[in-house]
Amino acid sequence: MLPIFILAPFGGSLLAIFFPSDQPGATAWFAGAIALVCFLATAGLYPFVDAGSVLRYELEWAPQLGLSVSLRMDGFAWLFSALITAIGVLVVLYARYYMNAEDPVPRFFALFLAFMGSMLGVVLSGNLILLAVFWELTSIVSFLLIGYWHHNAHARDGARMALTITGMGGLALFVGLLLIGRVVGSYELDAVLASGNAIRNDPLYVPILILVLFGALTKSAQFPFHFWLPHAMAAPTPVSAYLHSATMVKAGVFLLARLWPVMAGTEAWFWLVGLAGLTTLVLGAYFAIFQQDLKGLLAYSTISHLGLITTLLSLGSPLAAVAAIFHIVNHATFKASLFMAAGIIDHESGTRDMRRLSGLFRYMPITATLAMVASAAMAGVPLLNGFLSKEMFFAEAIETHLVNALDTVTPYVATIAGMFAVTYSLRFIHSVFYGAPPSDLPKKPHEPPRWMRAPIEFLVLACLVVGILPGRTIGPFLHTAVTSVLGDRTPYYSLAVWHGFNVPMIMSLVALSGGIGLYFLMRSYLATGIEGPPVFRLLEGQRIFERVLVTLSWKWARSIEQRLGTRRLQPQMRLLVFLALAAGALPLLAGGFEMPPLVIRGIDPAFALLWAIGIACAVGSALQAKFHRLAALVLLGGAGLVTCLTFVWLSAPDLAVTQLLVEIVTTVLILLGLRWLPKRIKEPEREDIPMKTRFRRLRDFLLATLAGGAMTLLAYTVMTQPASETIASYFLERAYSEGGGTNVVNVILVDFRGFDTLGEIAVLSIVALTVFALLLRFRPQADSLEAPEQQRLQNAFDAGHPGRTAGDSIAEYLHIPSVIMRWMFPVTAMLAAYLFLRGHDLPGGGFAAGVAMSIGFILQYMSGGTRWVEERLRIHPLRWMSIGLLVAAATGIGSWLFGYPFLTSHSQYAMLPIIGEVPLASAILFDFGVFSLVLGATVLMLIAIAHQSIRAPRAHVRMARTGKEAAQ
Amino acid sequence: MELILSAGIGTLTASGVYLLLRPRTYQVVIGLSLLSYAVNLFIFGMGRLRVNAPPILEPGGVGDLARHTDPLAQALVLTAIVIGFAMTALFLVVLLASRGFTGTDHVDGREQRGD
Repeated sequence: MLPIFILAPFGGSLLAIFFPSDQPGATAWFAGAIALVCFLATAGLYPFVDAGSVLRYELEWAPQLGLSVSLRMDGFAWLFSALITAIGVLVVLYARYYMNAEDPVPRFFALFLAFMGSMLGVVLSGNLILLAVFWELTSIVSFLLIGYWHHNAHARDGARMALTITGMGGLALFVGLLLIGRVVGSYELDAVLASGNAIRNDPLYVPILILVLFGALTKSAQFPFHFWLPHAMAAPTPVSAYLHSATMVKAGVFLLARLWPVMAGTEAWFWLVGLAGLTTLVLGAYFAIFQQDLKGLLAYSTISHLGLITTLLSLGSPLAAVAAIFHIVNHATFKASLFMAAGIIDHESGTRDMRRLSGLFRYMPITATLAMVASAAMAGVPLLNGFLSKEMFFAEAIETHLVNALDTVTPYVATIAGMFAVTYSLRFIHSVFYGAPPSDLPKKPHEPPRWMRAPIEFLVLACLVVGILPGRTIGPFLHTAVTSVLGDRTPYYSLAVWHGFNVPMIMSLVALSGGIGLYFLMRSYLATGIEGPPVFRLLEGQRIFERVLVTLSWKWARSIEQRLGTRRLQPQMRLLVFLALAAGALPLLAGGFEMPPLVIRGIDPAFALLWAIGIACAVGSALQAKFHRLAALVLLGGAGLVTCLTFVWLSAPDLAVTQLLVEIVTTVLILLGLRWLPKRIKEPEREDIPMKTRFRRLRDFLLATLAGGAMTLLAYTVMTQPASETIASYFLERAYSEGGGTNVVNVILVDFRGFDTLGEIAVLSIVALTVFALLLRFRPQADSLEAPEQQRLQNAFDAGHPGRTAGDSIAEYLHIPSVIMRWMFPVTAMLAAYLFLRGHDLPGGGFAAGVAMSIGFILQYMSGGTRWVEERLRIHPLRWMSIGLLVAAATGIGSWLFGYPFLTSHSQYAMLPIIGEVPLASAILFDFGVFSLVLGATVLMLIAIAHQSIRAPRAHVRMARTGKEAAQ
Repeated sequence: MELILSAGIGTLTASGVYLLLRPRTYQVVIGLSLLSYAVNLFIFGMGRLRVNAPPILEPGGVGDLARHTDPLAQALVLTAIVIGFAMTALFLVVLLASRGFTGTDHVDGREQRGD
């Protein structure tokens, strides 16, 4: 049952993207339906978590690493899930009316559902790693939602800031959770919750605490990381209501409450969490008073309320934890409704600036009344839910938990913060809904559509009902949640509205009357004042953040680049070669390297002759590469052939076949490319080569000789040592019995290490596509555009002789070889098939067969020309590639159907008519995928380069044709 | 045998490295190809050199290192050959594109004095 909470939102998110953007209503209904299903599923699960039992779901993922997809729902997770899904449904309904038809609405709801899935993932995760993954997902989706209107610079900046801060926190949290897993020995939440003493007494406790707190405090916008939240208000209001007040910012306090039983109660916890919480509580409330933007006021108020929850959790007493959980729920209800009200005001009047808004009561009396009730709940007025949890907070604040200064000041700070809360709540109501009618609003305000207001009505009703009858409404659910967090330590608590005339009541009264007084004192300052609180305005978090960002990513990066960077490739390559040499030499020298004895005997003269040729080719190629490119290419091929013969000699038939075929393709490829390089004619030998050039050449020569000498030494040393026991014998022993083939190399490629091969062919296809894409944009240099000299001479010959038309010479050129090449096509195809079919048992296989087949195709291109081939033969390299990749992947996935791990192979022999016994392992299907992909990729690259030659003439033809049409 | 092959590997490396440090893109492409021969042979050599012992089993048989050479090094090199081809193709096309965009075949995309 539990996976539905993850699968439904994420699946819905994927589907929502494909909704047509001109029907915002349909997408909204769809998203609403998904959210409703999740809510109903949550509601239906309540009986299962009611009695303190825990629902679990587990899917093994990488059990060796302690990773599993384990979901876990207890009372606390249930409460959060209910909150996420219920407010989700309401916000979808609200967003249905809030979003404009011009906005890309499917994207909004897709992200919205993705967020819901991530957030449900955070609260339901039963594994710490999984939790970290979902935690990051919420940050990313939040980033995308804040930047939803990405044409707006504020939205982009706010999104980036939120991601940077919460992403950094997420990273720290991840490390913290890994450390917890190390201390506990398991990443499972159940195991972690059962080992509180082990964690608290571990020497790593303080680092763990700091890392986890960094994650939680950034997410919940606690001081000093609070400043991202007000900037996140650039998001559409439904996002602010859902992510940035009701759910995502609660993830931090959720985690603190989740880990409260195992981490709270120590001195370090008390100080760190308490200081952050108290500071945030009072500063947030203070800043909120001075905001001119409605959403800004609500954002700072959210920060302050989150501070209140954090402070409660810091105290370490079970009663305070109860109050914290209670306040999480209460804050979500009244704050979400206030955000929605602010959105309505913005939507219907065109501004959120409190200096311009006034007297709106007469235009939207119902919305005004709802906002007033919600605001009163925020201020903590009796008979509303905010009052109850605030009262519990005051009661806890005056208790003594630990004897220190922080504990002593808590009640006073709490009262002052309560006073500020009353002031800003009053300001929200008074300045917007009362006073003279507004004069310069962009729109004439009016009540919103009926159903846009419905979510607010529902939430405000909840505030009232919970505020008046707490024990009968929220009571049982809260109790289930509290019991699941605190277990045996669940204290006795009462949710009654009236506790008698006690100290918390006096604090409430002081806060109420003080707050009202303060508002009327500051009223005229606020009405004219500028955005932000006095003094603190100058010390804004955003500026510090941006300065740090600029220093890090611009100034420092620039200076490092200036000092270490160069725009020239050669020095970098030189450095690279030098470092590689040093990195190879150092361990050898440090480990006491001994020269192996030089053995001259047993040299086969033929082999020596072979390599004499090879060495000559290599050196020649190096010398000719600058001025005689064709010669260098031929010599390169010579070196390749020597390599190939070496493979034959030294028992590697598979390598020899592949090397030979690849050599052919490489040569053709480079030949095709040569045409586009500038002519470079060797000047007569100059006497006065500058000293600098001479020196550079000498230095490079020395470096190259050093590298070559080192490689010789290393290769000789290793090759003359007897081989130690390797995993090679494992493959040799099992190739036939388990892989069903006698060609061990092929069995390794397609069976034992099939997954690696899948990666290799994926790389190959990426390279081919890159080549294809690069050549699509290729514009040859002007001097390479005209027809090559040879073609010009041939055309001149045709023009100079009667009875010949242009192009005859080209058609006749190499006529006999080209006929032979044409007839070779079926032979090549046969060879490829042969190589492919024998591959599992004898040298050959998918790689070799694919390259061989592509040679067949390229021979046709060479003999007939690009146009001739393409008029007769449609080759679809991209299709070959996709078929190859799909077949290879599907073969791997196919083994899942039979209950085996990815790419498990099955082997059998089949009798085919005429051909005889053919190995029919499932690996041969995989090998077919390899074949198809190698063929497609090779042909794609070759054809793409070959096509360049006909592109320029085509452009001429097109121009001529349009010219003709214009003339007609 | 070992001596000759390691000398060959060394020469291929030296030629490759020298070309790698040259200023023209074509030289670098040829150099990389030479270098990849050297590296392939080097990896292949790590399985030790054996004559007449290909890793092809008798049908139904079980192989061992006494009769067969190391198949693992060969499997590594086989994919390396194909990937090496892909790399050459990619660099060749980058070379062509760079020449088309910058008008020069210098590795920096602009001519330097004294080369």
